[in-house]
Amino acid sequence: MKNPFSHEVKIVGKITVGARITQPGNSMEYKTGSWRSYKPIIDKEKCKKCGICVTYCPDASIKRTEDIPVIDYDYCKGCGICAIECPSHAIIMKPEV
Amino acid sequence: MKQVIEGNQAVAIGAKLCRPKVIASYPITPSTHIPELISEFVANGELDAEFINVESEHSAISACLGAQATGVRTFTATGSQGLALMHEILYVAAGMRLPIVISVANRSLSAPLNIWGDNCDTMAERDSGWLQFHSERNQDALDLVIQAYKIAENKEVLLPAMVTIDAYSLTHTYEIVDVPSQEEVDAFLPGYKPLHACLDPENPITQGACAMPEDYMEFKYAQQKAMQTAEKVVDDVFEEFENKFGRKYRKIEPYRTDDAEIILLTMGSMTGTAREAVDKLRERGTKVGLAKITVFRPFPKKELITVTKGANLLAVIDRNISLGLGGATFADVSSAYINAADRPLILNTILGLGGRDPTVENFCEIVDRSKEVMKTGKVERPVEWINVRKEDVT
Ligand code: SF4
Ligand code: SF4
Repeated sequence: MKNPFSHEVKIVGKITVGARITQPGNSMEYKTGSWRSYKPIIDKEKCKKCGICVTYCPDASIKRTEDIPVIDYDYCKGCGICAIECPSHAIIMKPEV
Repeated sequence: MKQVIEGNQAVAIGAKLCRPKVIASYPITPSTHIPELISEFVANGELDAEFINVESEHSAISACLGAQATGVRTFTATGSQGLALMHEILYVAAGMRLPIVISVANRSLSAPLNIWGDNCDTMAERDSGWLQFHSERNQDALDLVIQAYKIAENKEVLLPAMVTIDAYSLTHTYEIVDVPSQEEVDAFLPGYKPLHACLDPENPITQGACAMPEDYMEFKYAQQKAMQTAEKVVDDVFEEFENKFGRKYRKIEPYRTDDAEIILLTMGSMTGTAREAVDKLRERGTKVGLAKITVFRPFPKKELITVTKGANLLAVIDRNISLGLGGATFADVSSAYINAADRPLILNTILGLGGRDPTVENFCEIVDRSKEVMKTGKVERPVEWINVRKEDVT
């Protein structure tokens, strides 16, 4: 099927009419980590590997692993939700300098 | 077919003839008859559409936005506080380039509460990225709704549009209106084909997403370019409409301006009264003419300068007030002349707020004041309020 969005409407440079995004998944290109003023750090000793922080992270920036979860600092905005939700108080928010 | 109908009916019938697929509306005086009538059209099968009863105007325009984003034509009607409540979503619709058409019954804004006419409500939305069409008569209301869709949906434009009718002096006033047939309107305005915004599971898209500082400004520039393109499209559509329906619309409509020294600049239903004043003054030998603004966005700079060429004074009349400055039209008009080689003296009159009817005498008074100013060539007080009890305000 012909893509109905790629034709007829004038596009100014790379700007789509109405700020449409026509390819899925390109939010990966926007690295939002630079917005962060506090950095979450997981304390390996305290972490129980329950995965609650993975579920709560609104930016899907925490990945579950075999071991303790891993935070992707390219996208973590430093909101601190993971630190609040962690039942083991294993995440501290360290000021970025 | 000619019918005697009120302004609200003219809008409702005009909207019906455009076959919108979704109408979401919340009633507000004095525009309530519009959703009432449209809901009847839907209920009795005259209009094949989804009518959504919502709990506020914010929801009404949001529902229209959502529906339009799936790829269908939408409509809603509001005014005053209702339009103010839509404010946030008006910008979103414009930024998403969704050619929604709404009608606005121009009514004053609270406080104090007042359900009567002035156009502060529409003027407050002049920067929102919506095209603005203003009706003088009920016929204009019907015709402009039809033309607004055609202009808004033009693929080089893709901007939402509002069509205004003045509270009571149009909304609830019966006039003869020539209602075109469905076939005629269908031939002029084909079904809506979404070119850029529609719901298609085969081709999923995100609409109106976040743009970072690196991109945001380009989207605004694109909207500005679309507004500029609309200047031409408006002329083309007005011409096509005239050829098909025999009624001529112009962004700025002149009346007896050819040798006029003084030109009154009006908008909406007060124009009829102003025209009567012009005729009366012409009989007495005063060289006065009138120009009516039908299209307020995009602002018709070129046309205004052309119409006022040769005039000594332009009297801008506003039924609104941008507090701390003057009339909204006056501000825009003044900016239009800023680099013009030849420009008339410009005076601003504020009248008719909150439904105080502008009278023939009011316009004669404006012309008298204009003559005084022309004698000296100096504008001491650019903005004057008339027909107001200044002595009661201490
Ligand atoms: S601070 Fe916020 S964004 Fe960063 S990992 Fe924790 S929950 Fe996610
Ligand atoms: S919520 Fe706390 S304990 Fe659970 S995995 Fe995350 S850091 Fe570890």
